[in-house]
Amino acid sequence: MNTEAPAVQARRLVKTYPRDVRALDGLDITVEPGTVFGLLGPNGAGKSTTVKILTTLARPDSGSAEVAGHDVLRHPDRVRRAIGVVAQKSGADPQATGRENLQLQGRLYGLTGPALNRRVDELLDRFALTDAAKRPVKGYSGGMQRRLDVALGLVHRPDVLFLDEPTTGLDPEARTAMWGEIGRLAGAEGLTILLTTHYLEEADRLAERIAIVDRGRVVVTGTPDELKGELRGDAVHLELRAAVGDAGRTLLDGALRGLPGVHDAHLDERRISVRADDGAAAVPLLLGALERAGVTVAAATVARPSLDDVYLRYAGRRYDEADAPAELATAGGAR
Amino acid sequence: MSAEITARVNPLAQTWYMTQRQLMVFLRQPAYLLITLIQPVVWLFLFGNLFKKVVELGGFGTTSYLDYLVPGVVVMSALSSNMWAGMTTLDEIQRGTLNRFLTTPVSRAALANGTVVNNGLVTALQSVIIVLLGLAGGASYPGGPAGIVILVVTSVLLGTVFGAFSSALGVLVQERESIIGINTFLLLPLTFLSSAFMAPAQMPPWMRHVADFNPLNWAMVAGRSAMSAHPDWPSILLRSGALLTLALAAVWLSTRTFASYQRKV
Repeated sequence: MNTEAPAVQARRLVKTYPRDVRALDGLDITVEPGTVFGLLGPNGAGKSTTVKILTTLARPDSGSAEVAGHDVLRHPDRVRRAIGVVAQKSGADPQATGRENLQLQGRLYGLTGPALNRRVDELLDRFALTDAAKRPVKGYSGGMQRRLDVALGLVHRPDVLFLDEPTTGLDPEARTAMWGEIGRLAGAEGLTILLTTHYLEEADRLAERIAIVDRGRVVVTGTPDELKGELRGDAVHLELRAAVGDAGRTLLDGALRGLPGVHDAHLDERRISVRADDGAAAVPLLLGALERAGVTVAAATVARPSLDDVYLRYAGRRYDEADAPAELATAGGAR
Repeated sequence: MSAEITARVNPLAQTWYMTQRQLMVFLRQPAYLLITLIQPVVWLFLFGNLFKKVVELGGFGTTSYLDYLVPGVVVMSALSSNMWAGMTTLDEIQRGTLNRFLTTPVSRAALANGTVVNNGLVTALQSVIIVLLGLAGGASYPGGPAGIVILVVTSVLLGTVFGAFSSALGVLVQERESIIGINTFLLLPLTFLSSAFMAPAQMPPWMRHVADFNPLNWAMVAGRSAMSAHPDWPSILLRSGALLTLALAAVWLSTRTFASYQRKV
């Protein structure tokens, strides 16, 4: 596989928006053909900006990128023919039916006549939209609309498919269905998928390789297992009964330092996360140390490291701290 | 794999696909057409009856105020329906539709022109309906079908000018409030600083001079002259030519705004 040219290659991408918002700060990624690559990071990390540049929508301030072998700045038209894009916002015509949306999309790539109709029927069938094909899209459920969006991105059999947060806003059932769909796509011959997500679980399940993005740059790249494997031992999470102030913080730091087999303690107001060589052995030590420091623990959990812990390690902050909406916190945990 | 399937689509076909997409929305909402016809009906039949003695002042070139009013109302309606084009553009941006098209091979010109052609067809239909309403109300058009065609063409050109400006504004400012503000600000002065309701001979001189620079008035004067018994062809050609030039410039500008949009996304 290494002899083939990468399906996506971005080098030192920098993009600054008005009012000095630096969205990308030297981002590099390489995606091998035929693989699913996940860009993982909180809102505002620069994932969508990366996708906008790679899909010829936005221009970087500096840096370069090739998609399907074409330079995005010099030959945007060639890139557009080779890619399918499923953006965060649907973009389907709400007044038109599902079939009409697909037909128009196909025509823009030069599909006509029976070939177009065959392709549209095939996609409607594959994404379980045949029954809804004659209804205007504005009446579709969130899940149906998202499936139509993916179908729109696939009409012309692209080489590279971009999925920008494909399951954001879907209910759990629709999300699971969409995961199944993306999993099947990944098996399709030759298709490369670049997926962005802020759900740790989603990246873990779907992507063969993951790049964790934080503040406009890639902080670490690897397979989900490699990333988790780099964290030795177990992750221990302790919920505190009461929040600790700054004074308690130094006290805790002192109490946790030097405990055998305990590394990388991270604490925010009511939670302490540490990595332990042996989680079960570390819990009594931790509880004892905390009790001596006068801190009451409400709950303790021991788990294999998740991508949550990987993020914490490389980005230096907890995943849900970096992100505004609180509901995302639970999405990646508990593994 | 993709090479075999993605053939190049010629620009005319692309423009037609983009037109068709919007026409279909229009055709599926017949109520919309009816609503846009309420105002013209009010102007023609309420205002027209209320002020029908105004022709006795002279200078209208006709003894029926309704005859005089029809071209003005046609052009005014073309303005008021096209100046909201920016709202549609804004919707498409906010829904992500514009981004979807910008990542396909469709040309930027086809995207802009699809809107222009669609709005032109809708304006033409609206204009013909108003002309027919006038006819039903007893107006006479001595200029015949040729005169009516010229009125429809000039109102479509005028609509294109304001439609394209409105779209450009929608892309550039991306705020509903700005479009509403500018439209509210422009509609009445543009209408009253024209010959829509009053013969130029009866207008205060300064208003008459201002009206000479008002594109709305160019369309009205050209259309009204073409529909009269004795069309003033040089005047009609001059004003239609000026409208055409302005329309081309506005469309060019609205196509250019995509580049500016892409710098901001």
